[in-house]
Amino acid sequence: MEFFTTIVQILDSTVRLSVPLLLACLAGLYSERSGIFDIGLEGKMLAGAFAAGAAAAVMGSAWAGLAMAVLISVGLALVHGFASITHRGNQIVSGVAINFVAAGSTIILGQAWFSQGGRTPSLAAEGRFGAVNLPFADAVADVPIVGQIYSELLSGHSLLVYFAFAMVPFTWWVLFRTRFGLRLRAVGENPAAVDTAGISVAWLRYRAVICTGILCGFAGAYLALAMNAGFVKDMTAGRGFIALAALIFAKWRPVPAMMACLLFGFLDAAAIRLGGSPLPIVGRVPVQFFQALPYVLTVVLLAGFIGKAIPPRAGGQPYVKER
Amino acid sequence: MAEAAIELVGINKSFGAVHANRDIDLKVHRGTIHGIIGENGAGKSTLMSILYGFYQADSGSISVNGKPTTIDTPNDAIAAGIGMVHQHFMLVENFTVLENVILGAEGEPLLNTSIAKARSELQRLERDYGLEVDPDAVIEQLPVGLQQRVEILKALYRGADILILDEPTGVLTPAEADHLFRILAQLKDEGKTVVLITHKLREIMAITDAVSVMRQGEMVATRKTSETTVEELAELMVGRRVLLRVEKGDANPGDVKLAVRNLTVRDSRGVTMVDNVSFDVRAGEIVGIAGVAGNGQSELIESISGIRRALSGEVTLDGSPIDVTGTADPGELRERGMAHVPEDRHHVGLVLQFEENENSILGYHDKPQYLSGPLLNRDAIVADAKDKIEKYDIRPGNPMLKTANFSGGNQQKIVLAREMDADPGVLIVGQPTRGVDVGAIEFIHKRLIDMRDQGKAVLLISVELDEIRSLSDRILVMFDGRIVGERGPDATEGELGLLMAGVESKEAAE
Repeated sequence: MEFFTTIVQILDSTVRLSVPLLLACLAGLYSERSGIFDIGLEGKMLAGAFAAGAAAAVMGSAWAGLAMAVLISVGLALVHGFASITHRGNQIVSGVAINFVAAGSTIILGQAWFSQGGRTPSLAAEGRFGAVNLPFADAVADVPIVGQIYSELLSGHSLLVYFAFAMVPFTWWVLFRTRFGLRLRAVGENPAAVDTAGISVAWLRYRAVICTGILCGFAGAYLALAMNAGFVKDMTAGRGFIALAALIFAKWRPVPAMMACLLFGFLDAAAIRLGGSPLPIVGRVPVQFFQALPYVLTVVLLAGFIGKAIPPRAGGQPYVKER
Repeated sequence: MAEAAIELVGINKSFGAVHANRDIDLKVHRGTIHGIIGENGAGKSTLMSILYGFYQADSGSISVNGKPTTIDTPNDAIAAGIGMVHQHFMLVENFTVLENVILGAEGEPLLNTSIAKARSELQRLERDYGLEVDPDAVIEQLPVGLQQRVEILKALYRGADILILDEPTGVLTPAEADHLFRILAQLKDEGKTVVLITHKLREIMAITDAVSVMRQGEMVATRKTSETTVEELAELMVGRRVLLRVEKGDANPGDVKLAVRNLTVRDSRGVTMVDNVSFDVRAGEIVGIAGVAGNGQSELIESISGIRRALSGEVTLDGSPIDVTGTADPGELRERGMAHVPEDRHHVGLVLQFEENENSILGYHDKPQYLSGPLLNRDAIVADAKDKIEKYDIRPGNPMLKTANFSGGNQQKIVLAREMDADPGVLIVGQPTRGVDVGAIEFIHKRLIDMRDQGKAVLLISVELDEIRSLSDRILVMFDGRIVGERGPDATEGELGLLMAGVESKEAAE
């Protein structure tokens, strides 16, 4: 029974840890499906986390924090869009620039405003998204297995966790069942086909990067307002890049994207749980080994374990009308 | 006579210093098939792009069905009942036929209802016009002929009354082209108006009611098709008299220069593209390989010329073997007297960003006459380029000009000049006149015949059946990687067309 409890606890933290990855991954999905590569997920998430932490600290409201995170992240997404859609710039360069700007400016502004070494002040309960208990969670907590799964694994997460997982079927529905989704997929494959069909390529792609901005803002807000109690410098810790790897791993599809993010989340959770404790047969394994696992997995998966991942065919190329 | 479906008055359009359309007037009558013919760069496509709202004219006016109409975007054109089938299909390759048809014309924000509506509408169009295609097929798995049909369906689904087709037969087999023409005739019978842009005179004569000729951005003439001739149209296009038929004497075949035995080539996906092919090319003859694009011709010449490694087989040049399955490389073959004019001059034959003189020695740049010590001798190279410009009538005659600034025909002449001037014993030529205008075609054809008459062995590959028939002394037909027949130069188009479609003999077809 104790073993089962351990499993449930690991899965529970898997869920928590995979949420920022999942939100960032779905964010990237919108942009990349429209043909705009976005390696600036990391930067938008980081800026969003800072905006969330700062606004929640000043205004004392988690919702204000979330709103500010989305606002800032969408702003950066529009900068990326302006550079790569309107001015047909190099999308990788623009994304890298956003990452640098976010990494630098969050620390400078944090120090200037709060003088806590680049952190934002610790948030009280009303500044955070607390746990939401599902009905009867406490009542069934003692029922073996089913009750435990319900109360530990499914209940007791922040609102943003439920939002992130609800976004998976929603994104699938948008992509494959709506006019917007059809056009979004088309513009990432052959923008000329969209243009000759009388649809504006630029406006369509702008809408896609705005979707990306919104979801990155949610990812940042989750980091600062739910997983932690405030912003800490560089708190995204490469999650934006792991989300990109998950996106490629999932071949730009929403449900596999969720699976990939859960897998990365699980490795993270296992590292925290197992690090330092002796394992059967191999004995004590250094904690760094587990911490490195998600990154090792990223490299191994991208190196070809996943078969050929075919990106949207017009990805990375600015659209220029041909003569 | 009914009012015009389309009337253009005084259309002007410039791109920078290039005046692509100059005071164009055009009247297309309703319910007719109207051809627009002209050389590459004559401004046909620009004019049609203006009509479809892809570009805006600098000045001039457009009337559709007698009403003055402003067309600023493709949407305006669609609303005015104009549909366009582009030369390069505007299809999303991994979408289904249905998804492509509804894209941009979905109606509601949710797809369920629009897909159901499109499905029944497609059935109606299929019934009315004989445009059969599986609505759930994925585009990239359809043959080009069917992809083109999807483009036509897209236009009709949007309620087009006027259909513009830009060079529609370039990618089709003769049989597919005939089918397309039957469809166009049927559309005409249903009262639709068709505008057909082409540079193939034969198509104009076969199907159109009227024809307008463009030359250097100007509309030079409009004729009723029944009242004109191929010769007159060719002269109007080029601005001088053109010999459409290549004049040549009988071939004088000598020794075997190039022998291919049991050659098998696979592409990068592992698909067998050339399957156990054997043939000879003798000195003093042109051997033409006919076939629809994609049946292994490209892989065949790439492998013979050392660009692509073969799986098995033997090739000999002047009696000594070429290691086609191993180390053969183009440089070595060039030294042994084999020259190669590649099919794709933009990606293989030329570096477009280089100056003309640099391209004119590319691949031969380590010959002693171009060197001074370890360095290139620029004066000698430029002098040599000037000499070739003279001999091959390359225009403009400036060896310092960037190659990208030459027209398609002149770029091709640069490649031909380089390869022919090296005086090879064997010349392999792929698509010598693709994207080349009528005047230059005449010149290139004459040069190839000259090579033959000088006792060179020429292997010619072309998807233009006319070109194969008028140049070749022997014609091999390739289908699905195999050589399915050999015919003399007097073979009829129908006979070759059947072979190209994989029908082994006439009897089998009947």
